[in-house]
Amino acid sequence: MNPVVGVAAFAAVSLATAVIGFYGLRISRTTGDFYVASRTVKPWWNASAIGGEYLSAASFLGVAGLILLSGTDALWYPVGYTAGYLMLLLFVAAPLRRSGAYTIPDFTEARLDSRAVRRVTSLVVVLVGWLYIVPQLHGAALAIRITTGLPAWVGPVAVVGVVCFTVVAGGMRSITFVQAFQYWLKLTALAVPIVFMLLALGGGDSAAAELPPPSTANPTALAPAGPYQIISLLVALLFGTLGLPHVLVRFYTNPDGQSARRTTLIVLGLLSVFYLFPTAYGMLGRAFAPDLARSGQADALVLLLPGRMIGGVAGDLLTALVVAGAFGAFLSTTSGLVVSLAGVISQDVFGGSVRGFRLAAVVSAMVPLGIASMTESQALAGSVGLVFAFTASTICPVLLLGIWWRGLTDAGAIAGMVTGGVLCGSAMVAGSVLGAAQTPSWLAQPAAWTVPAAFAVTILVSRATRGRVPRTMTRLMTRLHTPERPLATER
Amino acid sequence: MPDSPLLTAAAVAVIALAIAAVVAVGLKVLRSFRDLGTDAERATYQTLHAASRAGQHLRTGLNPAGAAKASKQLRSLLGCDALAITDTTGVLAWDGAGEELKPALMGLASKVFEGGHLAVIPAGELQLLAAGDGGVTLAPEVERAVVIAPIKTGARVVGVVAAFAPAAGAGLVRATGEVADWVATQVELAELDASRTLLMEAEVRALRAQISPHFIYNSLNAIASFINTDPVRARELVVEFADFTRYSFRRHGDFTTLAEELRCIDRYLLLERARFGDRVQVSLRIAPEVLSTVIPFLSLQPLVENAVRHGLEAKEGPGHISITANDSGAFAEVTIEDDGVGMDPDQLRSVLAGHSDGDHVGLRNVDARLRQVYGDENGLVIETAPGEGTLITMRVPKSQPRHDA
Repeated sequence: MNPVVGVAAFAAVSLATAVIGFYGLRISRTTGDFYVASRTVKPWWNASAIGGEYLSAASFLGVAGLILLSGTDALWYPVGYTAGYLMLLLFVAAPLRRSGAYTIPDFTEARLDSRAVRRVTSLVVVLVGWLYIVPQLHGAALAIRITTGLPAWVGPVAVVGVVCFTVVAGGMRSITFVQAFQYWLKLTALAVPIVFMLLALGGGDSAAAELPPPSTANPTALAPAGPYQIISLLVALLFGTLGLPHVLVRFYTNPDGQSARRTTLIVLGLLSVFYLFPTAYGMLGRAFAPDLARSGQADALVLLLPGRMIGGVAGDLLTALVVAGAFGAFLSTTSGLVVSLAGVISQDVFGGSVRGFRLAAVVSAMVPLGIASMTESQALAGSVGLVFAFTASTICPVLLLGIWWRGLTDAGAIAGMVTGGVLCGSAMVAGSVLGAAQTPSWLAQPAAWTVPAAFAVTILVSRATRGRVPRTMTRLMTRLHTPERPLATER
Repeated sequence: MPDSPLLTAAAVAVIALAIAAVVAVGLKVLRSFRDLGTDAERATYQTLHAASRAGQHLRTGLNPAGAAKASKQLRSLLGCDALAITDTTGVLAWDGAGEELKPALMGLASKVFEGGHLAVIPAGELQLLAAGDGGVTLAPEVERAVVIAPIKTGARVVGVVAAFAPAAGAGLVRATGEVADWVATQVELAELDASRTLLMEAEVRALRAQISPHFIYNSLNAIASFINTDPVRARELVVEFADFTRYSFRRHGDFTTLAEELRCIDRYLLLERARFGDRVQVSLRIAPEVLSTVIPFLSLQPLVENAVRHGLEAKEGPGHISITANDSGAFAEVTIEDDGVGMDPDQLRSVLAGHSDGDHVGLRNVDARLRQVYGDENGLVIETAPGEGTLITMRVPKSQPRHDA
């Protein structure tokens, strides 16, 4: 493959991100028009931005790779990733928006009136963010290695460099528009090549004629997943989405709770459309590129398939498009997470100054870079699934019970987060020590028992420490659950 | 386990840290024993220490939680069997033995509440009184004397301290009286704290929402000039003026959203433009992410008014005001810039410090409120020089769960 293609695609995406970040706001809004409604973000835009930030390397590369490996069982991942938003819509989006808290630590501190809970939550949020950035960087390493032949470390370093530069230089000013652009970039990057590939298959006269005959057999001969694995995975993905640090902030861009709900509805649609394409890649890959599964390169399927099936200059161009989309995925998710983490770290460690925010941004990008360079890339969708399991066992119980249960106490929240974190964390460590082949399924997919355990501990400890229910509880709960005045948008 | 040098190094580091911690704690304990000196010094120290610990707990006033913690310290101070603290309505805390007396205590103390003088109930009478007042029957071995001393703030008795001991010696009686007086001082301090908080709130309220009388006068004059020449516009302006005053004079809430404040500024500028015509040019760049940020009520409008009044009014030819709002990490950053005549930094400094009543009272008002609500590090930042225009930056945390817009 032509190495220039990969580099050019990466450079183009980075440049477009930076340019929209710096100038997007300036182009559209400089007049003296005070009409606030024209300045709010329409639900469509905001939904695209949420999609752009949410669809990570796991969705772009990992899902197709997993379908190549394990067939229809892997379809639970896109189902879970999408349905998580349904949970968000039903249980969290509107109340949290009304709380006035911008980050999860802010929310827990306000709800439980306790600095200690804030510290523990901050710690967990930072941990989750770092764990979530690592697979993005693994994806970048893979993409650079496959498409340009450069050493793998170049990819993560480049992604972290671009993210740090745009955040520190203030390029995230019109972050909503950047992220919305990223969603449509990712969708185009997957949709256009697949159309061409299907045309080539249907035509039968081009390069596709020289392809090997479709091998319908299961290329890896993996056993299908049992009901335990599927339930556990769905628990992780459904509950994990609730606590992701970069997802919640987006809802404040909506002018009111009603449009926040509409946004979530559109997000559901956008995600469903998006996941059609990785699924199609996976199925095509199973038919035409089963060797990738055997050589352990399943995650590179999306990057390699267009070149294999079309070939020539057209193939190179389509590959460039896919690479651009992949880097869009790494950049958007990483920058969204870095901005959220930097907000939390700068407030808790550096006292919230502008300089502190920049420093925190660099810290929150550098640590995962260190971890990523020391670890090996596992299956992307699987490692992101584990991060979801961790979030579901730590942040999710506190968030859900905090919104819907009056009896939650600070002691219960801390006990629940620590229990969930220790259980899920040790399952993750045990899984990586044992290796994929030796890990029993209850350790590989821990969410089905760690999430209930965390909920149970939170509730029991809260019951035991009934006297610690904060005095501000009633006021805050009223605020969470009564409709807010609409943001003044009419003139 | 694999013998990697990294693991060995980590283990050595952990062990070294543990040893260092143990040595440091040991040294500290040793030193505290060595430094305490004579018995008298130690007794003084212990008394003062107990008093200061109890004082901390009482600083929130007479409430069950604080009183419960303080009563432990005070009992060790007096060396009595049991110690109780009450307010005027009931027993707040009981530390030590004989809790079956609790229902009777308010009855026993009724004379103290009435007269405001210390009362001593000798050992023999407690049984009878308890049975009579509170209907409490005591086991024969519960045989104690009680010293009940009033907690007086000013002339008012707000509670009592009751000390239970086998015998009420002169020492215990005097000491209990002193402890009650000391508790009274703490309660007074707590009241002082509470009234200081109230004062701060009143100050914020007084600072809030002062739209300038000049503006009302000028606007009405400007509208009047249109009544004959352009009645339609005059009518529109009156409606805008009415809406502006409705927002500015609203009574509820000390906070609003950036979007609402911008709308208020829009009306304000519309009225100013009626007066100045095209001399006022405004450009606006607002990040949609911060529109719903909560800010103090009428905190931006005075800044824009300052830009119009002191930046452009005094200047010849058209003037330009630019308003931006940006997402900056955990904060929303709002800037207001004009290219007018600027200000003298020294004079501005003295106005902001409250030393002189310059024309920039609006700025001082906003600055004081921001500092009051968000802390001293989040006051206004003003960059200006004579003839160079003015740039005002305001930073507000986005997360304010305690403030309702």
